Amino acid sequence: MPINNNDMEGIDFSGAEHRRVTIIGTGPAGLTAAIYSARANLEPLVVQGPEPGGQLITTTDVENYPGFPDGILGPEMMQKFEQQAERFGADLRWGTVTSVDFSERPFKLVVDEEAPVLSDVVIVSTGASAMYLGLENESRLLGHGVSACATCDGAFFREQEVAIVGGGDTAMEEALFLTRFASKVYVIHRRGEFRASKIMQQRVMEHEKIEILWHTTVEDVLGDKLVEALVIKSVETGESRELPVEGFFVAIGHRPNTDIFAKYLERDETGYIQTKADSAHTNVDGVFACGDAQDHVYRQAITAAGTGCMAAIDAERWLADQE
Amino acid sequence: MAQDAKYVTLSDANFTSEVLDSDQPVLVDFWATWCGPCRIIAPIIEELASEFEGKAKIGKLDVDHNPQSAMQFGVRSIPTLLFFKDGQVVDQLIGTAPKKVLAAKLEGLAGQPA
Repeated sequence: MPINNNDMEGIDFSGAEHRRVTIIGTGPAGLTAAIYSARANLEPLVVQGPEPGGQLITTTDVENYPGFPDGILGPEMMQKFEQQAERFGADLRWGTVTSVDFSERPFKLVVDEEAPVLSDVVIVSTGASAMYLGLENESRLLGHGVSACATCDGAFFREQEVAIVGGGDTAMEEALFLTRFASKVYVIHRRGEFRASKIMQQRVMEHEKIEILWHTTVEDVLGDKLVEALVIKSVETGESRELPVEGFFVAIGHRPNTDIFAKYLERDETGYIQTKADSAHTNVDGVFACGDAQDHVYRQAITAAGTGCMAAIDAERWLADQE
Repeated sequence: MAQDAKYVTLSDANFTSEVLDSDQPVLVDFWATWCGPCRIIAPIIEELASEFEGKAKIGKLDVDHNPQSAMQFGVRSIPTLLFFKDGQVVDQLIGTAPKKVLAAKLEGLAGQPA
């Protein structure tokens, strides 16, 4: 992956604002860290990033976050997190951190390729973004029948046949959501069983509008200006055929958004930031990581919030130790 | 709802007159009430409408109530931002984008001679 974090040249840090704590990203991890840091009077700067609110902005009902016995809509829940952070004085700011320099303290960050920020502590909560198959036609037709977000785009496929590729909870949730609009939903998975939670699997397998294509992969997306069909292949026989659909949804998993930290932070082979056991400490003193940017095991809103709290408390204690 | 919102509320009925026949460049924001990311960029759209007043037009089209315009331009994902000049789509952005990027594109279109 190309690394683009060497562009500190040309940006003057002499007059830059200097913060005690800067939090990168505003999903449940970042916003929980913001609440705790703000309540510790650390006046955190919280850079919203390209998807303020994180992955929950594009879900519908969140049924498993404790405290909401009737469930809550993802965007509504994130709005509450945001309000809570603002109530205690977190400085939420539009923009995206485009490069960082953690080689010395205070740490340097650049927002939107132009605004310099110095910070004593950095909390990384940049989360993860949807992965695509990487097909040329997939990106060509993105927005014209190809989508990674059923809740965003499902409504365009009323009474049409669509397909979704994936086998985890996201794929299950999106497939079920699509049944509200589509006349038929194909769920395409390369293996013979899903890895999703049992309750979600059951709902998908019992739904009359859903047809599951096991041991199948998507080889190509066909269509001139809009999606017209997929080329699918049987893993078992090696045979390919065309599957006419008008919508193609990709739900194969997420990739952590950590490339800008590659030069400084230790990551595992899939890009997740490595933190010291039972803490949010990274290999760089003063830099902490939380949420999906460092968690490839649980990846739940509640665990993200939990690690966000840990990051803020770790940061507060570390700052106190520096004095 | 912002008071004196400077953007134009578009519809299937006024799309041609407001967008295709406009002598200014037009940025059309295809959105819907249930679209979370659309709400994220809503304030940016309003700011751009004020800042570019007189130079470029900013319009919002609710796709739920105006399916024809969305279909006409192959919009199958929201937010989709289409940039029109002289009745043609000259640029597009699928998904959210930072204000800087949108402003730069508008600047480029508004600065060109008619």
